Amino acid sequence: MTSTLPLAAHADARVQTRRPAVGGRRIALPLGWILPIALALAWEGAVRSGWSNGRLMPPPSRIAETLWALAVSGELAAHVVATSVRVAWGFAAGATVGILAGALTGAVPLARRLLDPTIQALRAIPSIAWVPLFILWFGIFETSKIVLIAAGVFFPVYLGVASAVLSVDRRIVEVGRAFRLSRPALVRRVLLPAILPQTVTALRTGLGLGWMFVVAAEFMGASEGLGYLLVDGQQLGKADQIVAAILVFAALGKLSDAGLAAASEPFLRWQDRHQDGI
Amino acid sequence: MLAAADLTRTYRNGTTALKHVSAEFAPGSITAIVGGSGCGKSTLLRLLGGLDRPDGGEVFFDGEPVLRPHPAIGVVFQEPRLMPWLTNAANVEFGLSELPRALRRERAAAAMALVGLHAVGERWPKELSGGQAQRVAIARALVAGPSVLLLDEPFSALDSFTRSTLHEHLLDLWRDIGLTVVIVTHDLDEALTLADRILVMKPYPGQIAARFDVDLERPRRRGTRALEAIRQQIADLIVTTANVESLTS
Repeated sequence: MTSTLPLAAHADARVQTRRPAVGGRRIALPLGWILPIALALAWEGAVRSGWSNGRLMPPPSRIAETLWALAVSGELAAHVVATSVRVAWGFAAGATVGILAGALTGAVPLARRLLDPTIQALRAIPSIAWVPLFILWFGIFETSKIVLIAAGVFFPVYLGVASAVLSVDRRIVEVGRAFRLSRPALVRRVLLPAILPQTVTALRTGLGLGWMFVVAAEFMGASEGLGYLLVDGQQLGKADQIVAAILVFAALGKLSDAGLAAASEPFLRWQDRHQDGI
Repeated sequence: MLAAADLTRTYRNGTTALKHVSAEFAPGSITAIVGGSGCGKSTLLRLLGGLDRPDGGEVFFDGEPVLRPHPAIGVVFQEPRLMPWLTNAANVEFGLSELPRALRRERAAAAMALVGLHAVGERWPKELSGGQAQRVAIARALVAGPSVLLLDEPFSALDSFTRSTLHEHLLDLWRDIGLTVVIVTHDLDEALTLADRILVMKPYPGQIAARFDVDLERPRRRGTRALEAIRQQIADLIVTTANVESLTS
């Protein structure tokens, strides 16, 4: 499972932009790789030197072999595609409903008073508690999995968008009114750009949760997917397969988050961020 | 002509910010509104700009009631209030959305030149100094060609040098365009430097306590006997009305 927090990604960006520009390009020090590589090397050394047999926690070389074997057989691609498609659908559905509901409760006081208490109560329910009900409602196949992921994505997106709308600077909205913008124009030209940064953060958090919820969804009885690899590895005692699946989750989560951050970056260049830490 | 007729404004918490306030703002004049805190200066300006509705009385522009923001009335707020996601030029264009893009750009460039800003159009508001940002805000208010410019303590957050420079810019604009200017300020020197007429307001409820005409040549030098005489009268009046209110409230 992976959830790359937006904060960490921002921190990465800070570290990378700190370096002086050389030849028009900034040198990015890959500081984030140091700790995992050091831990992997240390564990590899521990197993090779006989300090551990590596049965419950295989060394990196054995995990790499397992990954390679899964990749060569085409099995890995099939599992990655199955999981990614579930996350994509669940994220799309959860994010869409979350944005709409968040915008509605944020912008319309009556809707907020009607809907928000119920949504907040539902948010407090542990995600795993939904599983039996979703299976009853939607069956054991794809629909229940996608609905579970969508539920996981919905809440952080809803919360982020609703609070973003509520925190839009009243004075900026007044400028829109001073220039006689109609209500739709005010939403399009003032409200939407103003909430964009917090919406992107909410989407990134939601995406991270989507990758978490897909594991719970695939535990519900999938025949393919990285969650299935985890269950299969546990049942057959294949620790290397479990760790390999976890690493693929981490890579996919990181890649999808980086993609979302990169896609949103051109729209957020205007932000007045502190770049050099505090 | 812009006119306030018997304006009363009471907020939900029961505070009467303005009570029976009337004033006329002659075309091409500069009026400063001064007074202590809570005397309703900004409330009056918001009503004049159509940003708020009075509970009693009415604002008129050229004989027509002002029920909402009017295209001929530009407003500059205490803070620049620039949209941080728009470039400076796009901020100036903000009030021109109904025009073709090329024309918008042309007018925005002209408005920025009018306030002495060049070469910052494609930069972001975050890259501007306080004085530059406020000049962009003034350009934004001027770009649609208003005949009245309302300014709500627009220079209060700026250093004295930048403030003086912007006073000169404002006076140049006033001369060049023939604007009617209404400026709310708590800086008596600013009021005396800029205005033809000064309305002194008193608090609880906000009312006009006195009107002073400043028939002095520009540029005005601080410390001259004539200016100091008016300054002292206004300062005494503000202190007296504030003291009376604090004793009676």
